[in-house]
Amino acid sequence: MGFYWSFLTVLTLLAITAPLALIFGFGGAIAARSTIAPLSWFGKGYIAIVRGVPDIAFFLFFVIALDQGIEYLRHKIKCPDWPDTIRQGNDFIVCQAAKMPLGNAPQWVHETYGYFIAVFTFAIVFGAFAGNVLFGAMRAVPKPQIETAEAYGMTRRQSFWRIIVPQMWVYALPGLGNLWMVLIKATPLLFLLGVEDIVYWARELGGTKTPRFTDYPHGDWRVWYFLVLLVFYLAFTRLSEIVLDRVMRRLTAGQATSGGEAQRRAAA
Amino acid sequence: MMECLDTIADYGLRSIGIGERLLPRENFTLCQQFTLIGSGMLWNIYFGVLSLLAGFFLATAVALGKAARNPVLRKSSEWFIFIFRGSPLFIQFFFAYFLFLALKGQYPFFDPFTAAWLGALLVLFLNTSAYTGEIFYGALQSIPKGDIEAADAYGLSGWSRFRRVIWPTMLRLAWPAYTNEAIFLFHSTTLVYFSGFPAWQQKGDALYYASYFADKTFNPFVPYPILAGYFILLTLVIITLMGRIGARLNRHLPQEAKRTRFRFRPQLIR
Repeated sequence: MGFYWSFLTVLTLLAITAPLALIFGFGGAIAARSTIAPLSWFGKGYIAIVRGVPDIAFFLFFVIALDQGIEYLRHKIKCPDWPDTIRQGNDFIVCQAAKMPLGNAPQWVHETYGYFIAVFTFAIVFGAFAGNVLFGAMRAVPKPQIETAEAYGMTRRQSFWRIIVPQMWVYALPGLGNLWMVLIKATPLLFLLGVEDIVYWARELGGTKTPRFTDYPHGDWRVWYFLVLLVFYLAFTRLSEIVLDRVMRRLTAGQATSGGEAQRRAAA
Repeated sequence: MMECLDTIADYGLRSIGIGERLLPRENFTLCQQFTLIGSGMLWNIYFGVLSLLAGFFLATAVALGKAARNPVLRKSSEWFIFIFRGSPLFIQFFFAYFLFLALKGQYPFFDPFTAAWLGALLVLFLNTSAYTGEIFYGALQSIPKGDIEAADAYGLSGWSRFRRVIWPTMLRLAWPAYTNEAIFLFHSTTLVYFSGFPAWQQKGDALYYASYFADKTFNPFVPYPILAGYFILLTLVIITLMGRIGARLNRHLPQEAKRTRFRFRPQLIR
């Protein structure tokens, strides 16, 4: 059963991460555009660093870093009179009340907590990619549009929300679509974060079973399980390609781009 | 300082099995972390360089196959590209590893394929060929019509037309995207030791050692930034090298047109 549920785990991960990453990316892009220097450095730094380093390193890093960060904060709040330092040589020690989740919490709380840490990590990493795409898209909106807005007396903020944001999506969509594909293909990395996803179950169930432990002994079936995963991902990316194609055609309608122009000519 | 030189002598080539056998177990120094993670980079470079070089030729073949008129060639190239681009590299590694493991039971010939140095290299080679093939195909489609007509007018045809006109133009057009692909390939070499392929005698790549230190010290804030630093350096080297080649490919163009600057835009995960 776990094997089938794990497909759902992957799908919910995608469903939660995609909008979250978009929000992070939007925030990052706005920060990078900001006229306040430190904020713009922060936005640009966020986009640049996450993109320059192998993502898998980030996945491994953020999970521990987030976990320790949360526990450190809770430790500071809950046990202010704790005598020892937290880092003692190779150990990271916080008081019992600051453990996250609490040591006596049931198993499912631990699993859900791990899952959400993973989701958050994905959102941070993909937020940087999305930030890059959106930053480019905001700059791709034709300059005259913004100049016209200014000529009508709109403030910077008004022209941003009323002119740039509605128009940038058509420029952002190819990049975001690409990102979606990459996100789909990144989901098996969940396994590395300790979540029991499809890779975990494929390894577990596919491994050699001996009659001593189960009623259904079989040899090493992991090849077949991974073949199923391969086909699952292929089908999923193909489906996404088709859907994205449709959305793109919808969005280009009536836009001042070569795609929109081609559509207009075909109709006329 | 002397101590650090000793550490470098002991662990500098640890990842390929030369030097001290046991990894440090306690009292980790910064020097040890730098040395071991750097030594692991040797594997990343090995996987990246070999699969990139070999993949270049297969990619050209695949791109030509996808553009071919022969339906058998075209369909098989399309499927090759779709399968390797449509599925996660991580799953491909797992699948290949267990496939080789199963084959090994039947034919001893597949014995070396279950080791990372050959098995993972093969997967990376096929994977990068598919991605690069798609890039080259796109470039092939956008070769200016006039170039080919001019080649025809000069009486070039067949192999000499391909060798002297089509191929260089294709490379020139594809180069910025190909640079991205190269960077992105080096980044994905870090997946090897996390995907079934065992790190025999703890000979792993940079990320393997970084996560070793992070596990042992419970402190991710040292090894991962070191790893990040190494990768940023590697990326800069790749950009410089590919930029040189790109400049040479474009050397016949007027100076103004040369200024199509490369934009660093990797997709990172495959």
